[in-house]
Amino acid sequence: MRYVIIGNSAAAVGCIEGIRQHDKENELLLIAEEPYHTYSRPAISYLLAGETTKERMKYRADGFYRKMGCTTLLGKTAAGIDAAKKRVLLEDGEAVAYEKLLIATGSRPFIPNIEGLNSVEKKYTFMSLQDAEALDSALKADSRVLIMGAGLIGLKCAEGIAHKVRQIDVVDLADRILPSILEPEAAALVQRHIEREGIRFHLSDGVTSFDRNTAVLSSEKKLSFDVLVIAVGVRPNVEIAEKAGIEVKKGIVTDASCQTSRQDIYAAGDCTESHDITTDTDRPLALLPNAYMQGECAGVNMAGGSKSYDKAMPMNAIGFFGLHMITAGSYAGERFVHREGESYKLLVRRDGVLKGFVLIGDVARAGIYTALIRERTPLESIDYELIKQKPQLMAFSRTERMKKLGGAEK
Amino acid sequence: MRMKRIYVDEKWCLGCHLCEYNCAFSNSAETDMVKALKDVPINPRIRIEEAGNIHFAVSCRHCEEPLCMKGCIMGALSVEDGVIMIDQEKCVGCCTCILMCPYGAIMPSDTGVMQKCELCINNAGGKPACVEGCPNRAIVFEER
Repeated sequence: MRYVIIGNSAAAVGCIEGIRQHDKENELLLIAEEPYHTYSRPAISYLLAGETTKERMKYRADGFYRKMGCTTLLGKTAAGIDAAKKRVLLEDGEAVAYEKLLIATGSRPFIPNIEGLNSVEKKYTFMSLQDAEALDSALKADSRVLIMGAGLIGLKCAEGIAHKVRQIDVVDLADRILPSILEPEAAALVQRHIEREGIRFHLSDGVTSFDRNTAVLSSEKKLSFDVLVIAVGVRPNVEIAEKAGIEVKKGIVTDASCQTSRQDIYAAGDCTESHDITTDTDRPLALLPNAYMQGECAGVNMAGGSKSYDKAMPMNAIGFFGLHMITAGSYAGERFVHREGESYKLLVRRDGVLKGFVLIGDVARAGIYTALIRERTPLESIDYELIKQKPQLMAFSRTERMKKLGGAEK
Repeated sequence: MRMKRIYVDEKWCLGCHLCEYNCAFSNSAETDMVKALKDVPINPRIRIEEAGNIHFAVSCRHCEEPLCMKGCIMGALSVEDGVIMIDQEKCVGCCTCILMCPYGAIMPSDTGVMQKCELCINNAGGKPACVEGCPNRAIVFEER
């Protein structure tokens, strides 16, 4: 095989499409543990909410693999990589030779070690289609659900199941909801909105022990529940890379071409570290857009093209019960805040460029802000007062607008 | 990929907003412009920005590096012959494309899922209605 991909989500699909931009001929094989056609993982909350279907949540149309000339081994687990002999070893004892390999093994839910967790009969995580279907089958109209984790996954789960159950309690060690993307004031605004749906929060608090259907919190509060959802974070699936001698830190380490420390082995998506340009640090940025772009970059380079993945940052578009928010970058620096009803805006500038923003409620045209961060546009070259009002191309110079809209040479 | 695209020259834009009305009409199911637009708040896929005597229209650039498509969590955006299309049946309205688009050229439709300029290729006229109706050739459709 010329190309082998381990994984079948956004990074893997990005890789297939990246390879085929440059090489329409050579053999391509995809190996994935899950037995399904590629599907959107973030769609599972929409599936439970009844806003999509298993058919519509396919990440690419039926016929995608055939169109891309990609053979699939679905439901097969890659157990190891023999980097010296350039072979992927499957759990069933078979081996597949590769010339270029992509590791896109994703991440898995972190399960904390809590006393009595084994005594909880109905406990679920919320990352895969299988997780979602298992959780769904456990829910009844009178279910009381306890969700551990008020992050993106825990709260999307809460939204997805809110209409199906009697009660939802959410516990988080952090002092606020969505701590990875929101600061206290913005988090409080979103929390109030979600609480109006009857969801109860227990913040700065954690489960110290379980006894079957009861959780004891560090505040000594006791919560009774029927179904437990664990959403306290994810861990990158790095073991297969580690065993092959590939450098791993907080995730698999790659260069700007998405190649690992081993030649001809690339990695992309949740299992890797990205370089966050807004904090100048390396860490996993387990987000679908980044996964796709890493995978695509890897694919282009695997096929002999040239592409860099060097503009990564945390970025999220998410909504709860009709309240949308878009966030990106980091929030240390000179701040501009504007509040209006349920709308909230934060812009952060540092070193003469935009480093981060939060928009809640009115998220129109937010990508103009994202682009300012990504391109490190000097704010002195634009009208920052106009940018503070709203995202708009009017803030750029006439020459720059001609490039953007008039097709003038870049 | 070389293809015909919509280009805008703010020097010629009168700020008349006709492109917005023609867009809304072209993308409506109506065949009568009056029925399509009269007393209806329009939600066009092309939008005029204006300040003082500067006006210009913004719509999808059909980028060669379509960040909206790369970011879409549902795989609802795709490129067909260079034209970026949205499958509104797949879209769940998560707004990731709004986060990604550097031009602010994708926005919610009246139903909450996203809409964008698709160059009117599936509409009755088959040609971009904003271009056809622009009285001062401030919006053109050509290969550059």
